[in-house]
Amino acid sequence: MIELSDYLMLSGILFAISIAGIFINRKNLIVLLMCIELMLLAVNTNFIAFSHFLGDMAGQVFVFFILTVAAAEAAIGLAILVVLFRSRRTIDVEDLDALKG
Amino acid sequence: MENVYLTIVLAPLLGSIIAGFFGGRIGRAGAHWVTILGVGLSCLLSLYVVVGFVRGTLRVFDGPVYTWMVSGGIQFEIGFLVDKLTALMMAVVTFVSLMVHIYTIGYMADDEHNWPKESLAGKNGYQRFFSYISLFTFSMLMLVMSNNFLQLFFGWEAVGLVSYLLIGFWSVRESAIFANLKAFLVNRVGDFGFILGIAAVAMYFQSLDYREVFAAAPQLANVQIPIWGDTHWSLMTVICVLLFIGAMGKSAQVPLHVWLPDSMEGPTPISALIHAATMVTAGIFMVARMSPLYELSETALSFVMIIGATTAFFMGLIGLVQNDIKRVVAYSTLSQLGYMITALGASAYAAGIFHLMTHAFFKALLFLAAGSVIIAMHHDQDIRNMGGLRKYLPITWITFLLGSLALIGFPGFSGFFSKDAIIEAVHLSQVSGAGYASVLLTLGVFITALYSFRLYFLVFHGRERMDEHTRHHLHETPAVVWVPLALLAVPSVVIGWLTVEAVLFGDWFKDVIMVAPHHDVLAQMGAGYHGQVGFVLHGLMAPPFWLAMGGLALAWYIYMMKPVIAGYLMVRFGVLYRILDGKYGFDQLNMALFAGGSRGLGKLFWKTGDQKIIDGTLINGSAHGVGWIAERLRCIQTGYLYHYAIAMILGLVVLLTVFVTF
Amino acid sequence: MQFALPVLTLCIWLPIVGGLAVLTSGDKSPDVSRWAALGFSVLTFLISLLLWTGFDPASAEMQFVEIAPWIPSFNAWYHLGVDGISMPLIILTTFITILVIIAGWEVIHYKPSQYLAAFLIMEGVMVGVFSALDAVLFYVFWEAMLIPMFIIIGVWGGPNRVYATIKFFLYTFFGSVFMLVALIYMYFKSGSYSILDFQQLPLSLTEQVWIFLAFLAAFAVKVPMWPVHTWLPDAHVEAPTGGSVILAAIMLKIGGYGFLRFSLPITPDASATLDWLVIAMSLIAVVYIGFVALVQQDMKKLIAYSSIAHMGFVTLGFFIAFTIFNRSEAEGGVVLGMAGGMVQMVSHGFISAAMFLCVGVLYDRLHSREISTYGGVIHRMPVFGALMVFFAMANAGLPGTSGFVGEFMVILASFQADFWYAFLAATTLILGAAYTLWMVKRVVYGPVTSDKVAGLRDANGREILVLGTLAIAVLALGVWPDPLVNVMDASIQNLVQHIGVSKIAAGPAAVAALP
Repeated sequence: MIELSDYLMLSGILFAISIAGIFINRKNLIVLLMCIELMLLAVNTNFIAFSHFLGDMAGQVFVFFILTVAAAEAAIGLAILVVLFRSRRTIDVEDLDALKG
Repeated sequence: MENVYLTIVLAPLLGSIIAGFFGGRIGRAGAHWVTILGVGLSCLLSLYVVVGFVRGTLRVFDGPVYTWMVSGGIQFEIGFLVDKLTALMMAVVTFVSLMVHIYTIGYMADDEHNWPKESLAGKNGYQRFFSYISLFTFSMLMLVMSNNFLQLFFGWEAVGLVSYLLIGFWSVRESAIFANLKAFLVNRVGDFGFILGIAAVAMYFQSLDYREVFAAAPQLANVQIPIWGDTHWSLMTVICVLLFIGAMGKSAQVPLHVWLPDSMEGPTPISALIHAATMVTAGIFMVARMSPLYELSETALSFVMIIGATTAFFMGLIGLVQNDIKRVVAYSTLSQLGYMITALGASAYAAGIFHLMTHAFFKALLFLAAGSVIIAMHHDQDIRNMGGLRKYLPITWITFLLGSLALIGFPGFSGFFSKDAIIEAVHLSQVSGAGYASVLLTLGVFITALYSFRLYFLVFHGRERMDEHTRHHLHETPAVVWVPLALLAVPSVVIGWLTVEAVLFGDWFKDVIMVAPHHDVLAQMGAGYHGQVGFVLHGLMAPPFWLAMGGLALAWYIYMMKPVIAGYLMVRFGVLYRILDGKYGFDQLNMALFAGGSRGLGKLFWKTGDQKIIDGTLINGSAHGVGWIAERLRCIQTGYLYHYAIAMILGLVVLLTVFVTF
Repeated sequence: MQFALPVLTLCIWLPIVGGLAVLTSGDKSPDVSRWAALGFSVLTFLISLLLWTGFDPASAEMQFVEIAPWIPSFNAWYHLGVDGISMPLIILTTFITILVIIAGWEVIHYKPSQYLAAFLIMEGVMVGVFSALDAVLFYVFWEAMLIPMFIIIGVWGGPNRVYATIKFFLYTFFGSVFMLVALIYMYFKSGSYSILDFQQLPLSLTEQVWIFLAFLAAFAVKVPMWPVHTWLPDAHVEAPTGGSVILAAIMLKIGGYGFLRFSLPITPDASATLDWLVIAMSLIAVVYIGFVALVQQDMKKLIAYSSIAHMGFVTLGFFIAFTIFNRSEAEGGVVLGMAGGMVQMVSHGFISAAMFLCVGVLYDRLHSREISTYGGVIHRMPVFGALMVFFAMANAGLPGTSGFVGEFMVILASFQADFWYAFLAATTLILGAAYTLWMVKRVVYGPVTSDKVAGLRDANGREILVLGTLAIAVLALGVWPDPLVNVMDASIQNLVQHIGVSKIAAGPAAVAALP
């Protein structure tokens, strides 16, 4: 029998991987986007696990919402990325410091 | 009677308003007629009031006109007190004012020459001048007729305002607008003391009404008040000295005298009216009015006497070296005011007021006569350019001579009675400082005669020193100028003889001026008084007469017989001459210490206090501080996503740790 | 004395609505905006006169009270009312606004309708400050007042206006947030935002001291008192004439009003403990600022500094109360001082307005405020010169003008507190005359100094109308101040009795009752 803690463990590991991806990765913006998706995946896993074990379907409904939003986000993110590449000729994270104070 | 008094006060005000606001419309003649009518009416009614008091048909009037305000349990009223002192002052003020009004028609006739062509202010200058002198008459009447300290202060400052406006009347002249600012500020120094004195009265008497204050004064005679730490002062001394500081400003006593000589920048009629006959005597009037308070403080009397005697003697000395005809008369005024003040210090209030009255006539006469000379000389005021004017200006000459004789106290003339009475009173006085005052006043008689007749001889006798052009145009001034001279000459000669008995030794000031029995020097003199003839004969034997004659003779000898002596003396006593010519350095001291000092202090406060410390350090400093911190903090914002991410995670970890452990 | 007509509401909202109407009318026909603005201001003034005629001077109660629920969850009410202290100030506000609108008639070319609208809205908001009896309402009006003034200085101001507006805004805002904290604290303590409840609220001395200091921060900046005065000269110099007039004539009064409405009655014990602080600040304002004013080269700065010195008299008059209480049981001097402060506020409203308008008249012609630009103005502008000399004399406190009345009362009262307070306060007689008349000497008198001055033309009918009206007001108040003093007497006596009673006496008892 797979316990709730196993699911949580899995999502925790996925979350940690995605975080590590975000700040260890200094090169590619696409990897960053993928890490964000992975993060959402970890959250979704949690939702489903709780939903299943608590017998509350609301959690699974949330997952659908999140998936939808994530899809839209990915689409917008990629679009931004393309525009960014067109204007800057690079998608290196190192070079993107326009937010610098 | 209230309506009569109201008319006396308001008629000049009305004239002033009409001439001032509608001067352009009513024209010159309209302006002088309306103001002369107003003042003339006041003068007639004032004389009627005096006659009423002489006959005994009039009672003392003391009543409110309206309530100015009520606050803090004190009722501030505007009201009149008309008793014999007031009546005398009213008559003097309105009479001299009327004479000056008439005289001004002649004096200001060609006023346009004093203004630049394009000046619009000069266009109605004539009307404006009449408006001002009528306004002055109103203010002065408010002052003398007041029955409370508030209205006294109103009149006190209002005459100062008109004086300010009139000294600076020819506002194109730098010297005039310097002098009027100086006059106002020096007067304000006096008023500073005056208002504190009034505040003291209000605090301890809970009223500003003369009647109530004077009635309550004896009970407060021994009250001591703390001023600084544990030093206690007698309340009466504090009040009297503070009030007297006001009088020192207005009546130009050392060291607040500096404005009066400069005030001669104003047109001559106002020098006669304001700076000789009336306004400057307000201080004397005020102290006499406050006699119930002053009698309770020997210290204050002593202070008054010493200041007065100092002014009387040392200002007279300066008169010896002046060359401007008006300034000589101005210093003589200072000196005479000193005499009056000294009389007050000796508790001879009646003598002070008596001298005030006689002086008002003969000094107004002297000023107006000097003005007549100035007109004839085409506004040249330097006596070194005059001489021998007697034959060109016979009426001016004779009136000027009469005025001078009155001034030096020639027996029988009005000044003789008043001045002799003062000297005698001070001689008898027991107040500390009386010895000093007595010596200075007696010597002052000699000085008075010397400078008066120096002026007289230099102007009317001797070699004609004016240039050919001026000499050619010399002629007697018109009737509007000399008629007032003649009219003023009459009281200058006879008023002393006529009134000495009633004013000094009679009961004219009974119940009006209060003198403590042990101060009452006039009563002592009264015991030896046997009619005017006796007074004159007694005067002939006394030192002041011989000193005056000596001064006259010396002036004659130096300036008529041996003119070289004057130059020789000037060189021989060079140091003394320079001290006198520099007026003891008061002006330099004031300019350097007070004018310069306050500007320096202002710069210091402004540049260092406001701009450097408050604005620079605190206000803009805090703005800069915020900027500095922000400058440091912005380094954290690298712009790299992964830095933000790690910061978030670290924050999360920290928060979770805190959350879990606590 | 309950009026069927909601007079106060009308006085607040009529000008605000009018301002919005003028604003929307746009700049296509400036004359319509001008006449409309004038109409609204005159109407408001006439309505505000109902306050005077219907006012019962014998009563110290709040009159013309209007009360309606506003934010029930906070227990905040739309609660208006006036007593003898606020009523004259409201009439001053509506009166001065008319003059400001006339004074800006043909001078303002840039967006005139917005300019006029700002002043109308300002008027309504200021009346709101004076009549609000609910602390939240008061605070809203208090802060709302900054917005039109910010715009007036920032849009129609001089070259350095941005610095001046930011300084002005931050200064006043800095002070008022402390007041907000104090108000909220007292709300938690009493459960009500009513100012009248606050006045009855028992507070311990420590609480009072903190609340007092919070209020002091707000009001001292507004008055302004030394050392938080430096925004005023900058704001005045940059503000357009109308802005300076409103700023000096009314906004400064709100600080003084705050002391009377909040500091003294809510924290009497703290006021008694810390009165030395306020007195010292006031006397420094009188003497120190007097010297600073003496050396100013800019006419507006000079008048701004003179305003600070004159407002020093106001706060001095309010806070000598406790020293007089200590010296004698008599309340006479206390009432005299407070009434003097009030009279000084009203009088300063007239005189400073007139002085700034005078400078405005000159500025409109030569576009310079430097004293050295002028000289001999009287030869070209005799009527204007006469008016300016008159107002200068009033500013110097000449008896017979309103400037004298307040100073006189405060000096008389401060003598009862301490000889040296009176001594320092009375130096204004000398300093005030020195800086004002020295300016007059250099600007008005003397020979015509330059061709520019020679080309001046005298004040026109509109300018004479405005200045003449003020001159009459100044003279009337100086010759017969009784009506004004009489109107506020009952309220001030009531206030004096209130502050004479310690609030701590109730405080410890209440604390002791707790377990």
